[in-house]
Amino acid sequence: MPGLITMDDLSNEEILSILDDAQRLLPVAEGRTYLPLLQGKILGNLFFEPSTRTRMSFETAMKRLGGDVVNLGDVKTSSVVKGETLFDTIQMVDGYTDIIAMRHPRQGAAQYAQDAARVPILNGGDGAGHHPTQTMLDLFTIQQAHGRLDGLKVILAGDLRYGRTVHSLSHALTRFGCELILASPSLLKMPPEIVADLNAHGAKVTETEDLLGSIETADVVYMTRIQKERFADEDEYAKVAGAYKLHASNLDGAKEDMIIMHPLPRVDEIHPSVDQTRHARYFEQAFNGVVARMALLCRLLDVEVPADIGGGA
Amino acid sequence: MSQEHNMRRVTAIRNGTVIDHIPAGHGMRVLEMLGINKRSSVPVSMVMNVPSKKMGTKDIIKVEDRELTQDELNRLALVAPDAHVAIIRAYSVAEKLTIELGDEIVNVVRCTFSNCITTNPREPLAHRLKIVARVPLELRCHYCGRPQDLDELVNNVI
Repeated sequence: MPGLITMDDLSNEEILSILDDAQRLLPVAEGRTYLPLLQGKILGNLFFEPSTRTRMSFETAMKRLGGDVVNLGDVKTSSVVKGETLFDTIQMVDGYTDIIAMRHPRQGAAQYAQDAARVPILNGGDGAGHHPTQTMLDLFTIQQAHGRLDGLKVILAGDLRYGRTVHSLSHALTRFGCELILASPSLLKMPPEIVADLNAHGAKVTETEDLLGSIETADVVYMTRIQKERFADEDEYAKVAGAYKLHASNLDGAKEDMIIMHPLPRVDEIHPSVDQTRHARYFEQAFNGVVARMALLCRLLDVEVPADIGGGA
Repeated sequence: MSQEHNMRRVTAIRNGTVIDHIPAGHGMRVLEMLGINKRSSVPVSMVMNVPSKKMGTKDIIKVEDRELTQDELNRLALVAPDAHVAIIRAYSVAEKLTIELGDEIVNVVRCTFSNCITTNPREPLAHRLKIVARVPLELRCHYCGRPQDLDELVNNVI
């Protein structure tokens, strides 16, 4: 397996098998067991745009497994600012490392890097394109909560146009037979080519501007941040963003086991009152970034995760 | 109006290439995609909007003293996928070629998406568009995955 650029690089069986590995790696991710499966391996973290969770969780995942990490550091002080091409940067890092995790503002950068590299590339976000490692931790979180991935009703809400997390996640969920409700302001609707792809998979997909109308029947509500800069003026932003905010009082009629997820950072779209409800899963979701990425690093580096790890997984 | 009559609107060529069944109005674009322009020294004739049984109307191009290669012709897949091409030697058809649309169009056009990684002209890897459907033609960038607008794409010829 060369790398993970989009969810199309993984079959459903591979996804489930990686999630199984992640489940067994939980005690290692929590620091209860030390398992240096990746000792002697080096991860290159190439983040050409800001990242907190993705970069830190990759670094944590590698270190929990006994591996090491080298960072590109601040783009402003690297060769990139001098005009180095992505191709050249990849040639260099490819020689220093065994695997690369990359985020880049340009769409298609991850595939480009994979074509230029010999080591596997893990796409940590390319423009408004894909974010498959986030999808793996999202799927892990959903499976943890519901015990399955298939046949769930999932609301994806907020900025579906530019939100790369929902682009990758929507593809994966429909492959497991989930029904999708795409709730967004008309300006930030899911790109038509993605909706066409989802329909081509035979998925049941509904597009709506009404988030709250479907909450009672949903198994998962996946919120995303609506960015102010997407709107021409602040008034319009305030009007639109207001319709995509969740408060604990909106959840009275929700199914008992419905979970609320968010790739974070959140701004106003989930009120702190939701944090105390049984539905909130976004902080566990953020932690799951470590364990899901541990499982992915092992898979891409061709290192088998033992069947019995111990530590009470 | 007969096929023979159409072909005789311009004089027969002794040696060179005849490109027939170009969708009407696309003749100029075909010349551009083949790099045949003001700087070319070979004689070129073009007829536009002539009647065609199969297509209603069509354009025809004759390029004298130049035999286009299969690679050059494959560049036309974007604008004239059904064009018929004949290599002429001593006033006779020596070879018939068809445009071959493979699975990918490589280094012919640039992706039209403004935020695609390939918009940096200094990036050295090949420009690659994947063919996702043939009729009607649908293309997506190999790198960014964006569907391509064919009308816009012909402005991005490399």
